[in-house]
Amino acid sequence: MKPIYEVSQINEYLKCRFEEDPFLGDLMIKGEISNYKLYPSGHHYFSLKDNGGTLRCVMFKGNAFRLHFRPENGMKVIAAGRITVFPRDGAYQLYCTQLVPDGIGDLHVAFEQLKARLQAQGLFDPSRKKLIPSYPHTIAIITSSAGAALRDMLRILRARYPLATVKLLPVRVQGVEAPAEIAGAIRYANVHKVADLIITGRGGGSMEDLWAFNAETVAYAIAASEIPVISAVGHEPDFTIADFVADLRAATPSNGAELAVPDQMELRQKLTMASGLLSALIAKRIKQEKNRLTLISRRRVLTDPMNYIEDRRLRLDYLQQKMSTATERSVGKGKQRFIFLTAKLDAMSPFKVLTRGYSLVKSHKGKLVRSAGELTPNEEVSITFREGSATALIKEVSL
Amino acid sequence: MTEQSQTFEHSMARLEEIVAHLEKGDVPLEMSLSLFEEGTALVSRCNKLLDEAELKVLKLSKGPDGNPVEREFDENEG
Repeated sequence: MKPIYEVSQINEYLKCRFEEDPFLGDLMIKGEISNYKLYPSGHHYFSLKDNGGTLRCVMFKGNAFRLHFRPENGMKVIAAGRITVFPRDGAYQLYCTQLVPDGIGDLHVAFEQLKARLQAQGLFDPSRKKLIPSYPHTIAIITSSAGAALRDMLRILRARYPLATVKLLPVRVQGVEAPAEIAGAIRYANVHKVADLIITGRGGGSMEDLWAFNAETVAYAIAASEIPVISAVGHEPDFTIADFVADLRAATPSNGAELAVPDQMELRQKLTMASGLLSALIAKRIKQEKNRLTLISRRRVLTDPMNYIEDRRLRLDYLQQKMSTATERSVGKGKQRFIFLTAKLDAMSPFKVLTRGYSLVKSHKGKLVRSAGELTPNEEVSITFREGSATALIKEVSL
Repeated sequence: MTEQSQTFEHSMARLEEIVAHLEKGDVPLEMSLSLFEEGTALVSRCNKLLDEAELKVLKLSKGPDGNPVEREFDENEG
């Protein structure tokens, strides 16, 4: 008689059989991700599929935290892990310990993903970029204190603009702790306002070496920095996320130092030019003033003051002359009018009438007699002639 | 050297201002002369600052109270 088993017994049995098999214990499987789900627990659940079938996969939080990129449906990947049975479901699945994109490197994918995400958040907008000060007084350098990058930067800063002060904030620039240290130093520099410009970077290396500068936390710290940030990572062709977020991207650490400060050679040239310009301008001004003076001094009143007085004298004469003519003319006019008026007066004089043979008759009271009716017979009147007068007696009055 | 850098920046700005004034010729002669004198003094001061400058390098560390502690950085310390 055959024994009868419980479901869980069989599942446990299968699990043991699976786990005995060394082949199933360490596998690399390629496929396309589907049904991807990230649970709040931090575990990732998905299926790998190809044209022929699907395989259930789980990646626990402890392994998933090493992922450089975010798995997405449709993504072609290579998964590593072991296959065993999950007794509760009676299903076998891949317990995935590593997941990398198939074809392109996982770092590359992670880079592109983060870049796209930060770009969508507007962190690369040109309008966010702060101006690098023309004369940085204090420069915070956030890099490794041991690297050649620091020595290069200091050498160039010293040669170009020794007036500045450098404040070194030493950090690790590679390894797991590097992103947090770099981001922390950027925030620290801001909190304590230690500088008016930040340069952060490191020398060249592999993409893995430069990886700290592709970290999201560093990107956010740069974006949040009130102090302008120059990123100076690796060699010319290396682009990091930090480069996109920074206010200015330098190709190399040396280039970062060059971009940070003015060059004293140029400043000295500028000063020499300014000095020349000042002399030229003041000379020009003095010449202008001299010319003005010459023009003024050439005026006749200054060159020949007597002549000037003569001129004035002539004018005085002329005016005097004009005035006397005017007076004379006005007096002459008066005289004529006087003659005219006396003639008129003369013509109207009663004595003038008498010269023409008329006489005046006045009553004894001296009143001029205009009509015979004013007279009575035997009245005495006086008659005035042109020369002399007579007394007469009225004999008769007729009207 | 921070102060020197500030002095330098201000001097350069003032110098540019003076040159602009003199170029425009919008000031009386006497003022022009004093601007010229000031400008010339600024040029020598800036040159002197550059001549005497020496890059100061400080290493920052977090003090016990969290505030930065500065000390001279010896480049040979690595």
